[in-house]
Amino acid sequence: MNRIDQRFATLKAQGRTALIPYLTAGDPAPQYTVGFMHALVEAGADIIELGVPFSDPMADGPVIQKACERALKHGTRLSHLFAMVREFRSQDTDTPVVLMGYLNPIERMGYEAFADQASEAGVDGVLTVDMPPEEADEFGPVLKARGLQSIFLVAPTTSDARAGTISAHGEGYLYYVSLKGVTGAATLNVEEIDEHLAPLRKLSDLPLCVGFGIRDGATAAAVGKVAEGVIVGSVLVGQIAACVDDPAAIAPRLKDIMGEMRQALDA
Amino acid sequence: MTKFSDLTRMPDARGHFGAYGGRFVSETLSFALEELEETYAALRDDPDFQAEFDHDLAHYVGRPSPLYHAERWSRELGGAQIWLKREDLNHTGAHKVNNTIGQALLAKKSGKPRVIAETGAGQHGVATATVAARLGLECAIYMGAEDVQRQKLNVYRMQLLGAKVIPVESGSRTLKDAMNEALRDWVTNVDNTFYIIGTVAGPHPYPMLVRDFNAVAGREAREQSLKQIGRLPDALIACVGGGSNALGLFYPFVEDEDVAMYGVEAGGDGVETGRHAAPLAGNAPRGVLHGNRTYLMSDEGGQVSETHSISAGLDYPGVGPEHALWKDVGRVNYVAANDKEVLEAFRELTHVEGIMPALESAHALAYAKVLAPTMRPDQHIVINLSGRGDKDILTVAKLDGIEI
Repeated sequence: MNRIDQRFATLKAQGRTALIPYLTAGDPAPQYTVGFMHALVEAGADIIELGVPFSDPMADGPVIQKACERALKHGTRLSHLFAMVREFRSQDTDTPVVLMGYLNPIERMGYEAFADQASEAGVDGVLTVDMPPEEADEFGPVLKARGLQSIFLVAPTTSDARAGTISAHGEGYLYYVSLKGVTGAATLNVEEIDEHLAPLRKLSDLPLCVGFGIRDGATAAAVGKVAEGVIVGSVLVGQIAACVDDPAAIAPRLKDIMGEMRQALDA
Repeated sequence: MTKFSDLTRMPDARGHFGAYGGRFVSETLSFALEELEETYAALRDDPDFQAEFDHDLAHYVGRPSPLYHAERWSRELGGAQIWLKREDLNHTGAHKVNNTIGQALLAKKSGKPRVIAETGAGQHGVATATVAARLGLECAIYMGAEDVQRQKLNVYRMQLLGAKVIPVESGSRTLKDAMNEALRDWVTNVDNTFYIIGTVAGPHPYPMLVRDFNAVAGREAREQSLKQIGRLPDALIACVGGGSNALGLFYPFVEDEDVAMYGVEAGGDGVETGRHAAPLAGNAPRGVLHGNRTYLMSDEGGQVSETHSISAGLDYPGVGPEHALWKDVGRVNYVAANDKEVLEAFRELTHVEGIMPALESAHALAYAKVLAPTMRPDQHIVINLSGRGDKDILTVAKLDGIEI
């Protein structure tokens, strides 16, 4: 069984909600990323989404754009991400890792080469923001053949027909984008999210995880009541931005935020 | 092997031009693109919609634009006869308005009160601000901070027209970054906002509809050639950034196999230096950016390259997906003109014909200087003079060391 499915099965048995942090790999510099990943797990992360830095992150707000710029300044690329996951796996064989990013770096490397290296390194899933299932005819099977799961986004604007297509192609979990906008944008409305999730449950057996706009224990707990998982990105990446000149301070800050969310979710 | 007649049936139902095009967007935008596709499918062959479009082109834009025989310049080049399709004489001074008129009609039908656009040289921004003013729509234009500097006149024009110009500070601070930011705005405000994309790139159905709206120039040029030359021209030349003016001219000629076509990209410091904006002529790898697969300048890690060109309007690392297909099947020859050659052509046409071209259009003229002398005086070249050069006066003056 894939690590992601296994993790959700365990969480379900325990009656707990998944806490899924996102970090851009290589931010503020590549040597820190693996340490941050372990810190996130210690503070209660169930799955880690590792961002692949890209020069033109069109779906991201300024916080993650800047993170990409910092990572790219150090030349962080896919081959480095694979090395990071490999190193992470030498100590942690249980926590699922999902690579999240844009298609062009993968396209440039080639689907087969990407999938081979990702699976060999210990990656479990791939979320390509700008590749909806309609364009994944070729890539999807390449990933599947190596046991990598394709994770897709669902948005408030997604029609029922599209949601059906997405559910049919999706694996691991469905990433519900809680609001119209880019990452790091304003506030979210839990009732509205619940209304959107209800029809999805009829279409899909996949766990529903909600991202965009979750910034503290209170929002995490509120969303956790209606979803199987909460995804938190910009608020963590914002801590890295605040400590660029003092990288040693980053891991403790990440743990504080994660700890508060974990506690709120488990309460 | 794709036959040239097959090229008139692109894209397919999913927006693919062979291996290129498509709809590579974040899920939030899928709904808006499906909606736009439906709106356009319903209106495309609707006689009332076409009549309204044609009426606006005739009475607001001033179409048809003339096909002008540049006799003196032809004599100086000492070869083929040069004909200029005068898109510079359109209202707002470039071909861009053909498309913004069309998309504004779509925006009106969709009932959205706000339009946004990206712009490089500012011509598409001006054309968008213009139609927004006419229809009473709120308008925001995203423009790279570097381009805001080098195209100050157009920035102020847009502001006079009532548009909000938003300088984009991210990335290389040029056209591609403006497009990123416009997409971010659209994701956020998708309920009340229509995105007027300015070129034949972006997610399906944009490459198709922008082509269709621009093809009026090619249809006119074809008819005018038959009337004024007595036959079809031997060659067509147009500059290519995203490629909207080139597709507009080329598309109605695509099945005329005896008409050679040349798309001229921005050679910057020279394609061999790497400092250019010529993904086709420079044989860039395939890639995906801004919703479509195409030739895309990127490094080995797949990070999009910074581009270099004297003309803000061509300073873009990708190119419309239909051009990518046309390169592969050999229908169009894609070449590049470097900044120095472009400036020479700019000055030459201004002196010899009294027509000041946009620096973008001067790329096409620079290649005419190469091609025409290899042809006979009884042969004919039609060039898309896609825009006028007033907006570039400050750039040229600066190169001349003159402070205005």
